[in-house]
This record gives sequence, C-alpha cells and structure tokens, in this order.
Amino acid sequence: MIVLDGIAKSYGPRKALAGVDLHVRAGELFAYLGPNGAGKTTTIRILTGLTLPDGGRALVGGVDVAAEPTQAKALCGVVAQAVNLDQDLTVAENMEVHGRLFCMPKQLRRSRTAESLERLEMSDRSASLVRELSGGQRRRVMIARALMHEPRVLFLDEPTVGLDPTIRRKLWTVMKRIREGGTTIFLTTHYIEEAEFLADRVAFLHGGAVAALGTPQELMAGLGAWAVDALNGEGMQTDYFQHRDEAQAFGSGLPGPFTLRRVNLEDVFHRVTGRKLA
Amino acid sequence: MIQGWSAVYYREALLMRRRGLKMLATMCVSPLLYLLAFGWGLGQVEGMGGHAGLSYLQFLVPGLAAMSSMTQAWSVAGEINVARFYWRIFDEIQSAPVAPGGYVLGEVLAGMTRGLLASVLTVLLGALFGVHPWCGPVFWLALMLNSFFFASLAVGLAMLIKSHADQAMLTSFVITPMAFLGGTFFPVERLPDWAQGLLLCLPLTHASRAARAAATGAELPLTSLGLLLAAGFAAFLFAVRRVARAKD
Repeated sequence: MIVLDGIAKSYGPRKALAGVDLHVRAGELFAYLGPNGAGKTTTIRILTGLTLPDGGRALVGGVDVAAEPTQAKALCGVVAQAVNLDQDLTVAENMEVHGRLFCMPKQLRRSRTAESLERLEMSDRSASLVRELSGGQRRRVMIARALMHEPRVLFLDEPTVGLDPTIRRKLWTVMKRIREGGTTIFLTTHYIEEAEFLADRVAFLHGGAVAALGTPQELMAGLGAWAVDALNGEGMQTDYFQHRDEAQAFGSGLPGPFTLRRVNLEDVFHRVTGRKLA
Repeated sequence: MIQGWSAVYYREALLMRRRGLKMLATMCVSPLLYLLAFGWGLGQVEGMGGHAGLSYLQFLVPGLAAMSSMTQAWSVAGEINVARFYWRIFDEIQSAPVAPGGYVLGEVLAGMTRGLLASVLTVLLGALFGVHPWCGPVFWLALMLNSFFFASLAVGLAMLIKSHADQAMLTSFVITPMAFLGGTFFPVERLPDWAQGLLLCLPLTHASRAARAAATGAELPLTSLGLLLAAGFAAFLFAVRRVARAKD
C-alpha cells in the first residue's frame, strides 16, 4: 500500500532522510519510530505530497506521489502533528470544508460528517467553535476529519503527543477500530508503549535510514524477554536475559541496586542505534 | 486544473461571514479617515481644487474606492500567511486533491469579494459627504480588474514570504507607496512627464483613472482597463506557479 524506494531529503547541509526503503502492507498498522528530528514528519510530508524528495520514489496505493499528486492525495487522510483546524469555524464547518476539498457530494458530506463525529464521540460538539475545544477533542476532530472521505491510508503524525494518558488510551482504541475497518495506518510516534500496543510492524528510523524493521515481538525477541537495569561507574547499564530466573540471579549478584523489567521496544532502539528514543 | 476552487472560496466565505460586522467596520476606517482629512479638511484649503471641473471630494471618492479595492484584495495575503504559518491550514488544503489553479482561483475570488465590498462601503461613505458618483458597470469593472490583479499578486507573493515580518515589509514597500502615489489623492497628469511615466507603471494609477472616468462620465481610458486585465492574468499565472512550487 505504501512504498518508499530510496527516498532522500536534505535541508541545506542536514540530511533528514538518506535513502529510506520501506513497504507497508494493505490493512497494516505500521509504526514509524525515531527520536525528535529523525525525519518521521518529513517522510509523511513526502508521502502526502507536501514535500518533494531529493531522490527516490514514494508510492501510495500504487500511485506515484510526485508524478500524480492529486490522485495520490485522494487516497490519503492526514492527521498532522500540529492542530490545523480553523479555530474560527465550528467543528461541522471544518468537516464541511474538508468534504468539499475532497469533492464529496452534499448528501455524502452530511452523512459522513455525522458518522465520523459519532465514531470519535464528538457529535455533541459539532456546533462548537474549534477554539472552545480541549486539546484531546481537537485531536479527535482532526481524526474524524481525516476519516471523512474514507481514505485507504491514514497518516497519523504523533497524534497523541501532549495528551493526558486517559485521552491517549481512548485514541488507541479509536486507532484499533479504524485498522479493523481495513484502513492502512501509518503512525509516527516516540511513545514506545503506543507502538507496542498498536502496531503490527515497527520501523526504527535512525541516521536518515531504517535501522530495524519487524513486528514488536520479533524485534524484542532478538534481545530476550527480561532486562536488568543497574548503575555502574559509567552510567546506566542494561543486560538482557531469556528467563526471569537468570535475570534475577544476575541482578542479585550486582554490588548495587537494580531493576528487573520486561524488554521493550526502547531497548531494541537503544541496542540498534546506541541512542534513547525520547 | 482548477479542482477545489469552490472549497477554498467556501472556507474564506465562512470566515468572512463569521467576522461579519467587525470586518465591514474595519474596511470603513481608512476611507473614512481619508475623506475627513483629505476631502473635508485639506479639500477646503484654497487651491486644493479637484481636476477637470470636479470638486476635490468628487475627485477623491473614485480614487479611494480603487485604493480600498487594492488594500482589501491584498489583505488576502495576510490571511494566507496566518493560515500557513500560524494555523497550518495551508497544509490541510495542500494535502487534499486541490489543483494549484483551484487554490489560487478560490483565494483570488475571496480577495476580490473583500475588495469589492470595501469599494461599495467607500462609495456609501462618499455619499455621506455629498458625493454621488455615477457607479455604472465600467466603474465596477475597473475595480474588479484592480482587485483581481492585487489578489493574484497577493497569493503569489504570499508563497514566497517566510514570515509575518516579510508580509509587513511587502505591504510597506509595495502597497503603501502605491496607495499614496497611484492617482488616489492627486491627478497624475499634473506631474512632470518623467514622474507621470513612472506612476503609469503602477496598476493602481490605471484603476483610479478608469474608475474616475467612469464615475464622472469622462472618456474611458480603455488602455488602462486592458493593462489591468493583462497584468491580472500575468499575476494569476505567477500565483499558480508559486503555489505549485510551495513545497519544502
């Protein structure tokens, strides 16, 4: 459904993407992880026709984004990282403008506005001005708006950043439901637990290229199941073990205190890149 | 080629309706001050006569209408600026299947709507000062062409600027000098030939000339209308090219 073939992009001397190759399957919820400034948003902007790559090819639904941007855009729904709703318009008016931008007929615009807002539990705020909504409600409106024209691919660029944990978990449920409806979701995030909970597959972006790719289970299994964190003279050191008993025994043998926990995707990222995600 | 224009215009129309009276009141401020200061005040000074048998107020009102159509059509640049850099709405529009020509047409029509609304208000304010110009179809045609040119230029230049500060600088260097020198407040014909030649390069000079001629029943400067039309199309094409390239 999504193909990135040697995508490169630089901003002046800084290389944001240095040849990214990626295939995302239809109906998949794909998490694209990396620290701030890794090039996640640039990738989404290239896939949605907002940024031109310096090299390589990006396809969405088999359509070349650079060659046929209008056709490619018709297949996509985008929830940007920054809130980009018209603050002086109501929720319903924002939806109406979106429907018109996607050339939807009047009846369809009305029915889809109602359905999308209902799906995101925002029907009761349809007549409210966007400026009167909370951060979480604005996010939900943005998702409802992006779903209104029933896109084949939904791009979510850090959709839960800055939201409180309750709202964040609510949005996870929403994303799961959208995926169950057959929409391909391309999600960028730097919340590890979000990717672990939601994603069918995960890619780590590092140094402008994909450093690791696989299901969360595959990636974590490469390290083991248990981790022991302990402070040594150089800082925090983490060791990995297949079995809890092994890990416990190792920790008990250390001179200082330690933490025993399950391996997570952060560990994978750290092992692959030598850096922390957040 | 122009897919999506109606959605872009619809959004702007919704915003104009929401701002309603506030927007109309704002549009009245400058023309009212100019009518008071230049028309009512300076216009009474001996020797501040109008031109070709017109009182100064009769001379001033059509020029002010042209100037208002310019400034309000130009203001669409500020709206685009806010939509791009502050609210990020431009990204939402750009990620929809809207053709660059469609975006430009929608924004230009919004600029023209503002420009013509401001001109109507200026003419009504002029009536309060006892000036009743003949506002026939050619008068409005001249103002439409003027707002078409300035709205198109505004959309094109809005794609080039990188910040709010650039926007203010463009207004200071392009629009403000044109407002004062483009035949609004004094007849360009009274200046030396070299100065006339320079001021005839300004689109507003042609809009003021055509609007004034139409309002006072003088011979229509068809060349001015033709130039405004040509300049408008050139600016429109420039805007389409800039929007098509408005990518990182």
